[in-house]
Amino acid sequence: MKYIDEFRDVELAKKVVGRIEQLSTRPTRLMEFCGGHTVSIMRSGLRQLLPPTVEMLSGPGCPVCVTANADIDKAIALAGLPDVIVTTFGDMMKVPGSYASLQQARAAEADIRIVYSTQDALQIAKDNPSQSVIFIGIGFETTAPTIAASILQAESEKIKNYYVLCLSKLCPPIMKALLDLGELKLDGIICPGHVSVIIGSRPYAFIPRDYGVACVVSGFEPLDILMSVEMLVKQIETGKPKVEIAYRRGVNPQGNKIALELMDRVFEIGSADWRGIGVVPASGLKIKKQFERFDAEKAFAITLEPVREAKGCICGAILRGVKTPLDCKLFRKACTPEHPVGPCMVSSEGSCAAYNQYESV
Amino acid sequence: MCLAVPVKVVSIEGNEAEVEIGGVRRRVSIVLTPEAKVGDYVLLHTGYAINVVNEAEAQETLKILEEMARLDEIH
Repeated sequence: MKYIDEFRDVELAKKVVGRIEQLSTRPTRLMEFCGGHTVSIMRSGLRQLLPPTVEMLSGPGCPVCVTANADIDKAIALAGLPDVIVTTFGDMMKVPGSYASLQQARAAEADIRIVYSTQDALQIAKDNPSQSVIFIGIGFETTAPTIAASILQAESEKIKNYYVLCLSKLCPPIMKALLDLGELKLDGIICPGHVSVIIGSRPYAFIPRDYGVACVVSGFEPLDILMSVEMLVKQIETGKPKVEIAYRRGVNPQGNKIALELMDRVFEIGSADWRGIGVVPASGLKIKKQFERFDAEKAFAITLEPVREAKGCICGAILRGVKTPLDCKLFRKACTPEHPVGPCMVSSEGSCAAYNQYESV
Repeated sequence: MCLAVPVKVVSIEGNEAEVEIGGVRRRVSIVLTPEAKVGDYVLLHTGYAINVVNEAEAQETLKILEEMARLDEIH
């Protein structure tokens, strides 16, 4: 078993859709939190296959998309300092900040390098001992342990020129913030699969308990998502919301204990600035005092111009699930993957990029 | 961004493993999954194995899917 093709069987998928049709008797509104799920749903055409009673909304689960302009401005300001190499995941390069993107900053001679892993950023630091190497640490709980591991490795290997701009964000607190906003009447949430590999399924327990909203942790292949929809519909139809795991080959209720321990050693909980939602208390990670010499925000002084937002861009409302890309006047006109106005058109997992690629006009 | 793909562990040396992705081999960190063994599939995210794929659970999930499909047929 290679764990991919087995979960893409079209004939089996059609029958599971049939099963969902049998079970679903009333309008049901589900949110797929994760951008990876949005892409899989769009690519496989699941939105059209599901019965009309089941509505799917895209959520804010794309770390690039929810990065606030203020934080992109910080990354660009850091890249402008002398003897600094900024390292970042490729997705971040084209995201417009208030005045420029990292890509534009690179064109203006800043040393900005795309990396695949924090391991690559550490290697660049080792190879360039006379320069400061700053990793732009975006991501959710999936990525946070890899950032923690890199800081611990830098400490044990005495790599003194490695820094992290820590922009890590947490999923359960932002789900709570969305539910508290009350803009959406959600019946169920498809919970993020790879975030849950790390945190397990228990942190979602408050969602059915306090909000009466069903939760299923899902994998990313079409059959994984259909199975999750079936389980959600069944919970909703029987009026018994709870947290279930459909992605059992990757997720257990406790999560990855070692990863959680590494995160706990290096980070503490702090507020985070979410595009479209604002600063949410206890929804992000900060580097603990003990490791503050690796914290780029503490190590470097930067001056920032006032934050500006792009005119007409509705990425914020799209991230909250209240609008779709088709509601945006800029979509496919002023805003395209080549010339993105907002981050949801930049990241391959952004709703606008996914709609642009897979949704016909 | 939270993309992770199942890859097969080919060899292990300390905190690193060599894995195979579609015929290509690369070195990844197994600091988050020290229990990984040669022959296991791990979920690979940004150069780190974040979990060992549970084969028994995968088989069980496929069985549940088959059962859902069977229930569709008999109704």
